[in-house]
Amino acid sequence: MSPIDPMDPFVALGGGLMIGVAAGVLLIFSGRIAGISGIVARATGTSSGGMPMGQAMAFVIGMPIGAFLVGSRVRSPEIVVTNSVPLLIAAGLLVGVGTRMGNGCTSGHGVCGMARLSPRSLVATGSFMFTGFAIVAATRFLAAG
Amino acid sequence: MRILIALMAGAFFGGGLVVSDMVNPARVLAFLDVFGDWDPALAFVMGGAIIPSAIAYWFSKKLTRPLIEEKFFVPQNRTIDGRLIIRALIFGAGWGLAGYCPGPAIAGIAFADWQPIVFVAAMLAGMWLFRLSSELVQSQRSVA
Repeated sequence: MSPIDPMDPFVALGGGLMIGVAAGVLLIFSGRIAGISGIVARATGTSSGGMPMGQAMAFVIGMPIGAFLVGSRVRSPEIVVTNSVPLLIAAGLLVGVGTRMGNGCTSGHGVCGMARLSPRSLVATGSFMFTGFAIVAATRFLAAG
Repeated sequence: MRILIALMAGAFFGGGLVVSDMVNPARVLAFLDVFGDWDPALAFVMGGAIIPSAIAYWFSKKLTRPLIEEKFFVPQNRTIDGRLIIRALIFGAGWGLAGYCPGPAIAGIAFADWQPIVFVAAMLAGMWLFRLSSELVQSQRSVA
C-alpha cells in the first residue's frame, strides 16, 4: 500500500456536503434515495424496480460529467489504483453481487440509510466496513509476509 | 424536469466525489488500512454527506409529497437478516480489494483511466449474474 498525502479534513467534509446535498435534492424533488448501486442497476436494465430508467440514466451520466467539471476546474485528482486486471474483475464482481437486491452500497446504506437512522443500513454499513477493513489488513500482512 | 434533477444531482454527487478525493481508490484504501498509515478522510466525507442528507430526510417528513413527484420512495424494509449481512460482507470484500465502490468507479471514468471501466464492467456482470441466479431460484420454486 503506497503512502498517501493527508488531506485537509475540511475539504473532505466539503466534498461530503456536496454528496449529501445531491442526495437531499433528489429526495426532496423526486422522492428518491440516492443509492448508486440501485440506480446503476436500474440504468442498465439489471433491475426492474426503483427509479424510472430515464432518470437513472441521467443520474449515471451526470456523475462523470460533474466529476470532469470539478476535476478540470477545481481540483484535479491524482488517482492511484491497482493495475491488476484480475483483481479489478474480482473486486467488481464481488461489489456487483454484494450490492444487489434490497441491499446497497456506501451511498444508499452508508449515507442515505445512516441519515435516516435505518437499522438495516446501520447493520449493512457495519458489515461492509468490517470486511473492507479485514481485506485490507489481510493484503497488508500477506504483502509483509 | 425529473430527468434534469436526476442529471444535476448526479453531477453534484460526482463533483463531490472528486472534491473529497473519493474517486481515488488509494484514498479509500488508506481509510480501510487501520494497521497502516490510517487516513480518516472517508469518515469526514461520510459525516459531511450524512448532515444534509439527514436534514433533507427530516424535511421530507414534513412534506406530503416530493416537489415534482407523486410520492416518496423511501425504503420501508426493516428486516435485518443473514442475507443482508452476507451480501454487505461480500460488497465490503470487493470494496477492500480495489478501493472502488459503485459511485467513485463511475465518476472515475471521467478521468479516462481504464481501471474504473474494467471494474464497472465486472460490477455490471456481477449484478447481472446475481439477477440471473435469483430468477433461476424463483423459477425452480414455482415449478416445485
